[in-house]
Amino acid sequence: MQQSNTYIIVYSGVLTIILGFLLSGSAQFLGPWQAESIALDKKKQILGAVISAEEIGAMTPEQVNAFYSNNIASSVVDINGKEVTEGGVTAENVEIAKLYKKPAEERLYPVFIYHEEGNPDAVKSYIFPLYGAGLWDAIWGYVALNTDMNTIGGITLAHAGETPGLGARITEPGVQARYVGKKIFDENGELVAVAMKKGEGKDYSSKPHEVDGMSGATITANGVNNMLSSYLGHYSAYIKSKSSAQAVAGL
Amino acid sequence: MSAETVEKAIEIKPAEGLLSKRRKRLITDPLIDENPITIQVLGICSSLAVTTQMKPTLVMAISVIFVVALSNFVISLMRNTIPGRVRIIVQLAVVATLVTIVSEILKAFAYDMYKELSVFIGLIITNCIVMGRLEAFAMGNKPYDSMLDGLGSALGYSWIILTVAFFRELWGSGSIFGIRVFDYVSKLFGDDFHLATNGLMVTPVGAFIILGLIVWVQRTKTGYVEH
Repeated sequence: MQQSNTYIIVYSGVLTIILGFLLSGSAQFLGPWQAESIALDKKKQILGAVISAEEIGAMTPEQVNAFYSNNIASSVVDINGKEVTEGGVTAENVEIAKLYKKPAEERLYPVFIYHEEGNPDAVKSYIFPLYGAGLWDAIWGYVALNTDMNTIGGITLAHAGETPGLGARITEPGVQARYVGKKIFDENGELVAVAMKKGEGKDYSSKPHEVDGMSGATITANGVNNMLSSYLGHYSAYIKSKSSAQAVAGL
Repeated sequence: MSAETVEKAIEIKPAEGLLSKRRKRLITDPLIDENPITIQVLGICSSLAVTTQMKPTLVMAISVIFVVALSNFVISLMRNTIPGRVRIIVQLAVVATLVTIVSEILKAFAYDMYKELSVFIGLIITNCIVMGRLEAFAMGNKPYDSMLDGLGSALGYSWIILTVAFFRELWGSGSIFGIRVFDYVSKLFGDDFHLATNGLMVTPVGAFIILGLIVWVQRTKTGYVEH
């Protein structure tokens, strides 16, 4: 049946309005649950830097929330390592992805402090967020530094759209485990971070600043390297303040 | 005038049962004889992509059932008003809306699954089964029948991808629904016994092999030959 152009245009218009209404309605209606899921996922990622993926996978959402509030303290610092408290900012609310567009000096830097259960003074490690660009899209993660402020205790990496089987492998526990025990400062106290090298299958156990690469995913690996060195650089004032505080306490 | 009352034989058609024989066939035909994957060879991409593990596959299957059945129903309701010249666009708009709603629901209540399936949920829009059933059936049949037809096709798709996922997860990761079956079996036979997993099964190649075997077995049994 051949309809007039007017009919087709009006029909399309009405359909668009109805479907648009349905879509925005469902997004609006489900919004609170989605926000909760996203917040929970963020906590899982932060915890992922210090405890294993299996342990987190075995927890219920309530247990994750409870573990997080009992074991993680947080603060927000600026580029100079000074704590920022004005404006009611909390580390959980800082959106790294949005701040990424600002110059490094103007950004806020959240710090998550992993401590013994219920005792914020007994610090086990410091967790710093990372954000950068992979091959196709954004990559991000969290790196945990042990209390010597030099040794990496763990890392979680995530991505928005890296190639499955190649760059997307940064989410594998096996790849992330390569970073554990690596050092970010050299003997002279200069920040060198940790670089993922090209090629795969070599032994880097004697090299404190290098880890084995991912075959076929060098550009993603470079993205991870850039994000690690730049964010550890942004946090270096804070890191140095903590390590010198410990040196004093150790005397 | 003889007031002959002509008794008109008023034919009262008995209402068709909610699940009459014809309607049952709408559901059962696509399971084996008209299976969308193994006979019509539609929706292959997603059956390769999401079937490494049972759990995401099950979520994918439920999503497809929801989308196909409901889009068939909605399009059938609208079928007499849809302008012929833009019918594909209208169908796409309806399907896309349903798929987006599924994706929003997953984002709210199953975030891990949402992250894992991410792009494949969106790609249900391009699954040939959806558009195929809309064009072939829903545009010319009543809403309830169309819904059953969609349900049947989606179930036919679901059991195939779940079967593929079962073998891929079992042989590829040694588990079923994340339960480490291989570990338990290995323990039964002592410490030296070790069941090895096959990395090939985790790659899409594994899905091709399993799917090929299913098609082979099915066609041997039914004697179906492609013309």
